[in-house]
Amino acid sequence: MKERNFRLNLALIVLIALSVWWAKDRLNPYILRVLNTAAIYIVAAVSYNLVNGVTGQFSLGPNAFMALGGFTVALLMLPLPQKEMVYFLQPLIWPFNSFSLPQWLFGLSLILAGLVATAGAFIVGVPCLRLRGDYLAIATFGFGEIVIVLANNAISITNGALGIKGIPEYSTLPWTVGCAVITVLFIRNLVNSSYGRAMKAIREDEVAAEAMGINLFRHKMLAFAVSAFFAGVSGGLLATLITTVSPSLFMFTMTFNLLIIIVLGGLGSITGSTVTAIIFAVLQELLREVEAPRTIGPIHIPGITGMRMIVFSIMLILLMLFYRRGLFGKGEASWDGLFALPGRVREFFERLRRKEVKSWTRTGIESHDQ
Amino acid sequence: MDLSTFIQQLLNGISLGGLYALIAIGYTMVYGILRLINFAHGDVFMLATYFAYYLVGIYMLPWWLGITLAVLLAALVGMSIDRVAYRPLRNAPRISALITAVGVSFLLENGGIVVLGARPKGFPRPEIMGKVYTLAGASIIGVSVWVPVLTLLILAALLFIVYRTKIGAAMRAVSTDMETTRLMGVDIDRVISFTFALGSALAAAGGIMWAFKFPQINPLMGILPGWKAFTAAVVGGIGNIIGAMLGGLVIGIVEIMIVAFLPWLSGYKDAFVFIILIAFLLFKPTGFLGEPLKEKV
Repeated sequence: MKERNFRLNLALIVLIALSVWWAKDRLNPYILRVLNTAAIYIVAAVSYNLVNGVTGQFSLGPNAFMALGGFTVALLMLPLPQKEMVYFLQPLIWPFNSFSLPQWLFGLSLILAGLVATAGAFIVGVPCLRLRGDYLAIATFGFGEIVIVLANNAISITNGALGIKGIPEYSTLPWTVGCAVITVLFIRNLVNSSYGRAMKAIREDEVAAEAMGINLFRHKMLAFAVSAFFAGVSGGLLATLITTVSPSLFMFTMTFNLLIIIVLGGLGSITGSTVTAIIFAVLQELLREVEAPRTIGPIHIPGITGMRMIVFSIMLILLMLFYRRGLFGKGEASWDGLFALPGRVREFFERLRRKEVKSWTRTGIESHDQ
Repeated sequence: MDLSTFIQQLLNGISLGGLYALIAIGYTMVYGILRLINFAHGDVFMLATYFAYYLVGIYMLPWWLGITLAVLLAALVGMSIDRVAYRPLRNAPRISALITAVGVSFLLENGGIVVLGARPKGFPRPEIMGKVYTLAGASIIGVSVWVPVLTLLILAALLFIVYRTKIGAAMRAVSTDMETTRLMGVDIDRVISFTFALGSALAAAGGIMWAFKFPQINPLMGILPGWKAFTAAVVGGIGNIIGAMLGGLVIGIVEIMIVAFLPWLSGYKDAFVFIILIAFLLFKPTGFLGEPLKEKV
């Protein structure tokens, strides 16, 4: 079984790699943009879910960590002539004004982006995670606001509110999808390890977990640091995808989007976050229509900017009130579950014919743990 | 720096801190009872200023009536938020209510942007707030006199309600032990509703006075004051009303002093509040007056 699943996983990865290789030069730029965005959302959402869903700590910090990562990559990768052009208000500080990494070191810059974000995670995490209670929420929220305040004011590093323009467009499909695959694999393996079990135990009951000898602080901090690392990477990818970074890009809205993704997918489910990240990236494009002004016959409807965010916030509240488990609950899709699916469907219809089934709930692919 | 400037700045700090205190009390009361960070609290603060703006500035009601109505409306909004978004989740995992709170907050902010407009609006100022008083050679604008005085009166009224009335006793009882209080025959939901109404009314009063001080209102104006007020509640000891007042004063004074004495750091004044929060969580997580939260097994 294990052998088979490993081979199937490998085959899936090869399949993804092949389709990425096929798609990267053939699809039109708009679709590529949506796919890239979806992959970046996967990196950010799956890692965010590690803290909020798997470990049960309420962080509101991914926008801050993405900002740290985004600005790190921008500072490292922006070509020198562009640096001189962008920083006309105040010159860029040393050492960033004296070098710029070549394209083949893009991977290194992403790792550095992750490390900078992780450093930020330690600043916030160490004071908060030693304590019981929801201090993490308020401190990470504050951290997000502060990072934006700093980015607006430290003009000689971040170029203030104008932001940094002209970052080379390195985030191609192989990079974004590659990072998404690595993130999913890494976090899946972490969740299935003894560390992951400890994290889940903390989510279910901190007191009981501590009584079983789990070091609460170390496991919470591990989840938070890993999550911040990947959030930083996703920030770096985003910077090199849209080629500009500015403080307004990393406002709280970013965290809010990720929160919707992980809640809709199911808090604690990697599969859920991955699937809904893709859904969300597409949905966001479709809902752009809502905001666009349009004329239907003689009636002209002016575009309402901000409508999308209203739809999303109502969606989040309704999800929490009426559909708290999300699409996948805490479960994961697995090969075993997939192969068992036809049998389960047959069984379902069998029982339906015998009128044993009263409700349509709990039949899908969800109930299998990997 | 001479003494009179220092005293002037100290008064400014106290005046700003009083407003933080008014918001912080709403956070601390709700947290004390439900262990819930009511993220929407800062947005109720924002809504109240818009209520006052429309009632007084557009519909031309007299000030006393407009402000009273705005405060009552804000209290109603606070109660409705609890009723619709938090009460159904009382027995759900705590993280669910927190997520809903973020959702409500975001809804109010973005709803505000769509319905009220993102552009800042100029808030009208009653005559008495703009009047210039001359005191011992120094001239003081009405806002700096009346805002602290009103804040003190409101805080005194709050302390009276919490410590000298029956509903206040019920609030304190619920925050000490909800289950036992329920067994004593207290209608918990009514007490919680009242707590939300009271906290929102205080935030509304704070918001309107905030708009007297800084007469520009916009739908996102509640975010930073709200967050600073929560920090004030942590600094004072979360769950403790007098602590929230103290914490508010400390945050207000620190913020004003940084702008006054280290003007080159004034762009970073919000960052100092964050440093205060981190420092307190590191070295004195119970704040000035808080007690360690009891762990219920």
